[in-house]
Amino acid sequence: MRGTALLICLAATAGLLAAPQADAQPNVIKIVSSLPHTGSANAQTTTIVNGIKLAIDEAGGKVGDFTIQYEPWDDASPERGQWDPAIEAANADKAIADPNVMVYIGTYNSGAAKIAMPKLNAAHLLMVSPANTWPGLTKPGVGEANEPMIYRPSGKVTYFRVVPADDIQGMVAAHWAKDMGCQKAFVLHDRELYGKGIAMMFDKASKPIGLEVVGFEGVDSKASNYRSLVTKIRQKRPDLVYFGGTTQSNAGQLAKDIRASGLNVKFMVPDGCFENAFIQSAGANNLEGNTFITFGGLPADKLTGKGAEFYANYKKKYNSEPEAYAAYGYESARAALEAIRIAGKKDRAAISEACGKIKDFDGLLGKWSFDENGDITSKTLSGNTVKNGKFEFVKILGQ
Amino acid sequence: MTNTEVIIQQLIIGLSNGMIIALIALGYTMVYGIIELINFAHGDLFMLGTFLALTILGVLGIDQLPEPAMISWSVLPLFIAVPLFCAGLNWSVDRLAYRPLRSAPRLAPLVSAIGVSFVFVNIGLFWGGVPMDVFSGGVAAAAPKDFPALVSTDNLLGEDSNIFVTWNEVLVFGMTLPMMIALSLLVKFTRLGKAMRAVAQNQMAARLMGVDVDRVIGATFLIGGALAGIASVVYASYNQTIYFQMGFRVGMDAFTAAVLGGIGSLPGAVLGGILIGVVRAASDQYIATEWTNVVVFTILIVVLTFRPSGLLGAHVREKV
Repeated sequence: MRGTALLICLAATAGLLAAPQADAQPNVIKIVSSLPHTGSANAQTTTIVNGIKLAIDEAGGKVGDFTIQYEPWDDASPERGQWDPAIEAANADKAIADPNVMVYIGTYNSGAAKIAMPKLNAAHLLMVSPANTWPGLTKPGVGEANEPMIYRPSGKVTYFRVVPADDIQGMVAAHWAKDMGCQKAFVLHDRELYGKGIAMMFDKASKPIGLEVVGFEGVDSKASNYRSLVTKIRQKRPDLVYFGGTTQSNAGQLAKDIRASGLNVKFMVPDGCFENAFIQSAGANNLEGNTFITFGGLPADKLTGKGAEFYANYKKKYNSEPEAYAAYGYESARAALEAIRIAGKKDRAAISEACGKIKDFDGLLGKWSFDENGDITSKTLSGNTVKNGKFEFVKILGQ
Repeated sequence: MTNTEVIIQQLIIGLSNGMIIALIALGYTMVYGIIELINFAHGDLFMLGTFLALTILGVLGIDQLPEPAMISWSVLPLFIAVPLFCAGLNWSVDRLAYRPLRSAPRLAPLVSAIGVSFVFVNIGLFWGGVPMDVFSGGVAAAAPKDFPALVSTDNLLGEDSNIFVTWNEVLVFGMTLPMMIALSLLVKFTRLGKAMRAVAQNQMAARLMGVDVDRVIGATFLIGGALAGIASVVYASYNQTIYFQMGFRVGMDAFTAAVLGGIGSLPGAVLGGILIGVVRAASDQYIATEWTNVVVFTILIVVLTFRPSGLLGAHVREKV
């Protein structure tokens, strides 16, 4: 059944690729985004796309003489319910084949980025991510041995991200747990690049600060329940369960089963769960006051200055609350437009090189620059909890 | 927790999960037994059952735990409406997608079943977007939905007990066991049961003896659907999360159970389901969660190597 679906997907994408490509129009620059619209990440993605549109609208849809066109693409399949490797690869190929595409905004999932990055890099196409947090994508020495060079076949940095990476988030989470008086943590992950990555970072940061990790396990993100696993956790008597994963990899069910077994522990998750879908799937009463979420930035309504302006404009334009990553969608699009402005010509190599030159940019979280790896220099993270069925900001972490 | 307590706890969990799997596996095995079709849409039918259950709860305005530590009678409509809906839907699927292909090559209805499964998954996706409170206003159609427990989830053995048993476990056993017993009695002692066995044995001969084969097959789909309906209500109350893609995974487990026990054998499906549930719990506890699927399928392969027709499957002789 799975294979059949894949064949259908492949046939569909092949059909897309066979479609005639637009001719190059000298005054049009196309920005595309590749984010998961199918599945429960859709709510979050919609607000990211809204953020991107907002940034382009504010620039009047133009940079210099160039008209900016924007197309949101989907990189998820109904089959997987989240991002799909085959579709992400097809999107990257499609972007490269279209001579008007100068910027590729994406991806939401670090695993998807791994697939698109080397392809886009070989084509010198600028990629700006509003959400990828796996450290190995940009930083040498923290991920796998061959990272990040494996993503840079051209030898140049063409990938930038506007969120702080997980080596910072995992560490900050461990410190926060320790500050809240936790002694023993049981660490779980969803066996995906992002989830396992951040769980490893949490694990690594725990030992030196005297937070004992009593278990480290990958879970099956499609299981109908985790009662057996929770029984095993109960034996170890931790006071915190950390789950490296997302709403899509069943964080809600895990929260539920932990509460249902009468296990009185704190439950901590990373920013992959920082969306309303998480509260919806776990049931608000299961998260009340005992669940902690770290996020690489500040919630939209806590932003000040330029950020507060964004929040007001967003609400005015879309008449709804932005989800956590909407601000980063906005920020990634602004960085892309700035790169096009600095380059001043429609040339992929020039635009991706220009992006690395962005310095002291007036961003939503104050002034920031891109460093030589393509990482953002701002390192503001926030700790949040759930109160009365809503996310509530607790404090700024890691400063 | 002492080791004994752990073993008892994991057994309870394993058996509860296994019973739900077994109930769904019965639907697979019955249909296979009678027309040799793996009904791939069965898991997704089960998923639609959970969505109907949540919709009914929304209409009745039940989104809180029933107060008394007993099943509240207000959830009775679920146990009537959902099985009826699933039975009717399963029968219609047979009528529309499988019956016209009865004499076609074996692969045709199988592909048709996969098609039906896609249709069901997409219906589930739209259904999740219904603007009701229980679907959080329908803003995120694809997000997993929270399903209230239909019974009290307090520990029956008291607050301080290390072993956790709730009315939910009681509900699982109280609903699944009688269903299995009723089904086996039906197949053994009623006219319909006799007709079902006859059609399974030899369709042509049964037709010559005056059995209305199409009606018997339709009845099989009705019963299998009703069991999936019961399973969906029990599952939703027990796990408290439903989402539009859960059918694939649950269906896969149930199908594995049916094959392990011997496809076409009713007691086999039950045995397979319970085995898979218990093995999963044991593997989560003593090996590691990430290896659980590997353990389950290794056992399946080993069993099929030595008993190709499953644990309790009929030994089919090659006709020469």
